[in-house]
Amino acid sequence: MAMKRAITVTVNGQQHHSEVEPRLLLVHYLRDVLDLTGTHIGCDTSQCGACTVLLNGESVKSCTVFAVQADGAEVTTIEGLAQGGNLNPIQEGFWEKHGLQCGFCTPGMIMASYQLLKNNPNPSEAEIRKGLEGNICRCTGYQNIVRAVQYAAEKMQTSATEPVGAGGGGE
Amino acid sequence: MGIAGMLGTSIKRREDPRLITGDATYVDDIKLLGMLHMAVLRSPYGHARINSISTEEARNHPGVVAVYTAEDLKGAVSSVPVAVPLGKIAEGMGVRGPLAEGKVRFYGDPVAVVIADDRYAARDARDLIEVDYEPLPAVIDVEKAMQPDSALLYEEFGTNVPFGMHPPTDDIDKVFEETKANGGVVVKTRMVNQRVAPVPMETRGVVASYNKGEKKLTVWSSSQIPHLLRNLLAGQVGLPQHQVHVIVPEVGGGFGCKLNVYPEETLAAFASMKTGKPVKWIEDRSENLAATIHGRDQVDYIEVAATKEGKITGLKVHGISDLGSYCQIFTDVIMIAFGFPVACGAYDIPAIYLSADIVFTNKAPTDAYRGAGRPEAAYVAERAIDLVARELGKDPADVRRLNFVKPDQFPYKSAAGAVYDTGNYEGALDKALELVDYGNLRAEQAQKRAEGKLMGIGLSSYIEICGFGPKGSAPVGLYESARMRVEQSGDVMVYSGSSPHGQGEETTFAQIVAEEFSIPVDNVVILHGDTDSTPEGRGTYGSRTTAVGGTAVFQAAQRLKEKMKQIAAHMLEASPSDVTLEDGNFSVAGSPQKAVSFADVAATANLSNTLAPGIEPGLETTVFFEPEACVFPFGTHVCVVEIDRETGETEIKRFVAVDDCGRQLNPMIVEGQVHGGIAQGIGQAMVEGVVYGEDGQLLTATLMDYAMPFANELPHFETDSTVTPTPVNPLGVKGVGEAGTIGSTPAVANAIADALGLAHVDMPYRPEKLWQLIHQQ
Repeated sequence: MAMKRAITVTVNGQQHHSEVEPRLLLVHYLRDVLDLTGTHIGCDTSQCGACTVLLNGESVKSCTVFAVQADGAEVTTIEGLAQGGNLNPIQEGFWEKHGLQCGFCTPGMIMASYQLLKNNPNPSEAEIRKGLEGNICRCTGYQNIVRAVQYAAEKMQTSATEPVGAGGGGE
Repeated sequence: MGIAGMLGTSIKRREDPRLITGDATYVDDIKLLGMLHMAVLRSPYGHARINSISTEEARNHPGVVAVYTAEDLKGAVSSVPVAVPLGKIAEGMGVRGPLAEGKVRFYGDPVAVVIADDRYAARDARDLIEVDYEPLPAVIDVEKAMQPDSALLYEEFGTNVPFGMHPPTDDIDKVFEETKANGGVVVKTRMVNQRVAPVPMETRGVVASYNKGEKKLTVWSSSQIPHLLRNLLAGQVGLPQHQVHVIVPEVGGGFGCKLNVYPEETLAAFASMKTGKPVKWIEDRSENLAATIHGRDQVDYIEVAATKEGKITGLKVHGISDLGSYCQIFTDVIMIAFGFPVACGAYDIPAIYLSADIVFTNKAPTDAYRGAGRPEAAYVAERAIDLVARELGKDPADVRRLNFVKPDQFPYKSAAGAVYDTGNYEGALDKALELVDYGNLRAEQAQKRAEGKLMGIGLSSYIEICGFGPKGSAPVGLYESARMRVEQSGDVMVYSGSSPHGQGEETTFAQIVAEEFSIPVDNVVILHGDTDSTPEGRGTYGSRTTAVGGTAVFQAAQRLKEKMKQIAAHMLEASPSDVTLEDGNFSVAGSPQKAVSFADVAATANLSNTLAPGIEPGLETTVFFEPEACVFPFGTHVCVVEIDRETGETEIKRFVAVDDCGRQLNPMIVEGQVHGGIAQGIGQAMVEGVVYGEDGQLLTATLMDYAMPFANELPHFETDSTVTPTPVNPLGVKGVGEAGTIGSTPAVANAIADALGLAHVDMPYRPEKLWQLIHQQ
């Protein structure tokens, strides 16, 4: 067994110092070491996107990143998305528009949508579908996921035009 | 009436807050003190003899607690349960223990397990087990497996066919001869309904924890059948049923593949009983694609006869069901028990002939996958209609209309034996054709064809059978149950025997209760998936939960309401028959000012020491509901495609679905079920397919190789509904979990055949196949 390495990772604003095997996947680090089980594992080959988290603000599939690669980085998981007890508009959109059924793909889908809306705050339906092609949902047929992202886009744009402190997502 | 017409309202799901924040608990989120991890060593061959297994090196690996092979299970664990063993299966053919003994029969067959203190260590040690295999010829093609010279999975039985059904053909032959003599047509074809993988996003998983002091086994499993799992697992590991407790936490999708008792559940239980420690096993995706059941895999030879006007006179179907290597719970009966009863589809077909062979091959076992038998039956019926239309040069919509069972024929007994409850098939067809603007669409198609473009329009006017029951149809009663308690606060706790995996019954069942009691939906909680607290249920499958489990909830509420009326009558000094419940108050008819609230009556029932004579304190009841008949949802799906001549790529231009599942309790959830069903049905038609090499190697062992539809590969679905309630249950509900899958696949198939001008093209319609068809024409 390889020697353990010391890493420091800031997850959802909280700094963690850990000793991990170099082969430990980031998703296992989050789930098994930090007990942040909201990030799920749906495949082993980076197709399904259930494990999507933000690494330094960019979405990554955490089953394809080693924990040691996140040394010194900031990670945001689904548990860190709601601020001050308020749902992020994307979370709200998934609830409002019935964008989930079994819920297993949902955390990854929400984190991928976060990246999508960061890059393109006002996406068309086709752009949403294209932007989420790295995330598989087996329950919804994606249509209500599209509606959820559209809801969030609209909500974020409205709140962006409101005075500071009116809430909304984004960093 | 209830509170603001709660039933039939699209309220948001109460499940969602925990699911969108990462607070839900799936099996892999469970962590117990001292928990060990299990890794499964699986066969790399499709068919091989096991000469020896050497586990010593694995046992000596750091962190390893135990390694088990079939040898260790002898006398301790019995075989994987089969519900209705047909033919030679009843003699043991295809029945297996949790670990392979002597032979492996499919790629992924479990051979040994490692129990270690860490997930990674368990896998490291698994790689150290040495198995001496002697590869044997594998048989992958189901029709080759039926040949006398085929390799045999079970040599002692001398065949790969455990059961066949071949009634005399005299009657149907006569119908076909008469039809031809009268100027009609007989069209025949062979159709393959390919093998697909269910792929719930959460794979299977189990945590088993045996407490030696209590002699009690607690099992958390990602399952559709908590009670069946409890009862069957208890038998398998030799514990009394009351000493096994199954908890089904959040389940990340099932689609039928989790309505089984799998070897790994038994192995984790066995390992926990041996080690005295909790044991967790989480399936990885490659294992899921290799060793969880697959669906479909059926070959049909069909002949359909029709008058020159297009009225079908007879249908002859020979179905060959590919069982794979072993029997799981329903493997052998999927085609015969769930498909054949609806073989006539929505059509008044006077004569039908059904014959069957079920066949073992060196592939993973097949079993229930969303629709289970009914998608295959709908595929045959809907393709048959289009074959007739094509042969006669008629519009497929007209041929459907001519053959539909008419609204005044219900209840209708089909020639295949099923009694359809209610339906208005032409109503759904009309609505779908109007939505898609059928007349103009055909005109557009004619124009496109003139331009050399390959545009196709496909219809599918499916029916299905669901809501199982009925009474007397299965070896055991197919009921559901609800235990309901009104607390002294007036809040309601419901313990449902049904356990969901994404269907949202915590919401819809609460709506049923809120409506019946006219109280806010937030005052009702629905609990499920715990065999120690919920009454026995048969499981969530076959689109039966609302029709059967929902009815149990409804009847429990009715029963408690009657008791509350008696208590309210005593409080109001009135006769119980004069008391009504409205807007949360019990009052005397005609004098609404004389009222007591629901909460007051609940408090009185639970706290009072002066209840009327004969009234038992408390408000609690348990209801079991077993339906007298099944329900038959239906609808029409329309698919419009255009195929690119140069690339063979298909664009689904439009997909219109009009579904009728009877009364809708929450239309938002109904629509969601339809969407997901259509996506899976289109998935099968367009891209999905489990592929094995001739040697039995699985070629689609990861999601890199097993194609599933992504968001940008699916169209925007245009959905609508008609509502034809059923008299089979008091809620008037049918079922909608599988309808989308059943209706959509044939619509795509018919559109592709229409676009190419061919009688039949086997699925999936990947570009290379269509390109070849286009360029060989």
